[in-house]
Amino acid sequence: MRLLTHNMLSCNVKGVTNGFPLIIQADKVLEKPAELNHDFLRNMFYKVDWKALVDAAKSMGYSELPESAEASMLESLDFLNRFHHALMELHLEEGALICPETGRKFPVDKGIPNMLLHEDEV
Amino acid sequence: MPYKTAQIRLVSSHPEVYEPCDDSFALVDALLADRTNLLEHKPSICLEVGCGSGYVITSLALMLKEEIPSIYYLATDMNPHAMRVTRETLQAHGVDAELINTDIMSGLEKRLEGLVDVMVVNPPYVPTPEDEVGQAGITSAWAGGEDGRVVIDRILPVADTILSERGWLYLVTLAANNPSQICRSMREKGYASRIVVQRSTEEESLHIIKFWRDPEVRPSLKEASTQNRSAPTRLGESLLSQFSRFSFWKSSNGSGSL
Ligand SMILES: C[S@@+](CC[C@H](N)C(=O)[O-])C[C@H]1O[C@@H](n2cnc3c(N)ncnc32)[C@H](O)[C@@H]1O
Repeated sequence: MRLLTHNMLSCNVKGVTNGFPLIIQADKVLEKPAELNHDFLRNMFYKVDWKALVDAAKSMGYSELPESAEASMLESLDFLNRFHHALMELHLEEGALICPETGRKFPVDKGIPNMLLHEDEV
Repeated sequence: MPYKTAQIRLVSSHPEVYEPCDDSFALVDALLADRTNLLEHKPSICLEVGCGSGYVITSLALMLKEEIPSIYYLATDMNPHAMRVTRETLQAHGVDAELINTDIMSGLEKRLEGLVDVMVVNPPYVPTPEDEVGQAGITSAWAGGEDGRVVIDRILPVADTILSERGWLYLVTLAANNPSQICRSMREKGYASRIVVQRSTEEESLHIIKFWRDPEVRPSLKEASTQNRSAPTRLGESLLSQFSRFSFWKSSNGSGSL
């Protein structure tokens, strides 16, 4: 699971109001090189919650992202490289996503998050 | 020449995962038929709900790969085995998608609101007893409850939430699902629709329908506030006549083709 996907996930348990971003428990992180695409990154920049990405990257051992970001930074190749690395190349292979409100754990097994709910959570 | 769709011999399998079938092929044929439009559309986020073997999402990624190398592909399925099988199918074809084991889009719906440019769904559409819907195992791959509509009717509002302003939905329907009624109810939400592929086999008659938001389709406030839902727009009429050309779509209603 890439951090782009992490950025799109929130706790889906009934009644939870502050289910985003999920806290990452990183048991195993993989780095897989991917081709950098400027247009794609520019496009995603506006869809991503920056703070959530910064914290997620940190919990995966990568702290090279600026704490805050603005669109003008997209002109910098150095910034794009870091953004790309955090968003597209870091994979959570094993671990869990934890709801910030309830502590409910969603396991991540072989890179696949399990967001299925129990009957009493729907 | 690179292959434009997934190859059956490279599609992974598991006894509890739906194997690519006529409906899967019809959906991929619809995407291929619409490929030129998809390339112009330049989607940045594409999504499949209920990816099963991964045949469809892999094919979509393959057919767009060369012209649009970086699309964010997401695929969900409630069946955990489907996740593994889809991963293997993607890998065997050298393409990639992010996989989430979930019920429809649960957990993704909020953050993906208004972001998805292309959504493809081959849902469980066979009319069955209600209690077969969503069970563990292979049954949930086809069991659609009353008129085969139970899962479809849960997916449509989700599609309306997550599709971007320019988003497209491709949906597989069976004649017994009453596709023209599906189109009418989507029209009330402001969607135009078109049958991209129509196919009948001995067992079933399938329509692959494409939906997109069209400002002209949105019913006026006045119309929407009255009970009268029968005043079809021009687009709606032409769609209904598309269906009525296939006279069997109504007569096979409730045949429960298993
Ligand atoms: C007809 S199969 C299609 C599989 C594959 N997309 C294809 O075309 O070959 C339907 C798939 O939807 C999945 N499914 C059924 N109900 C679902 C739900 N509520 N949420 C997510 N996936 C679901 C099933 O597990 C199955 O893999």
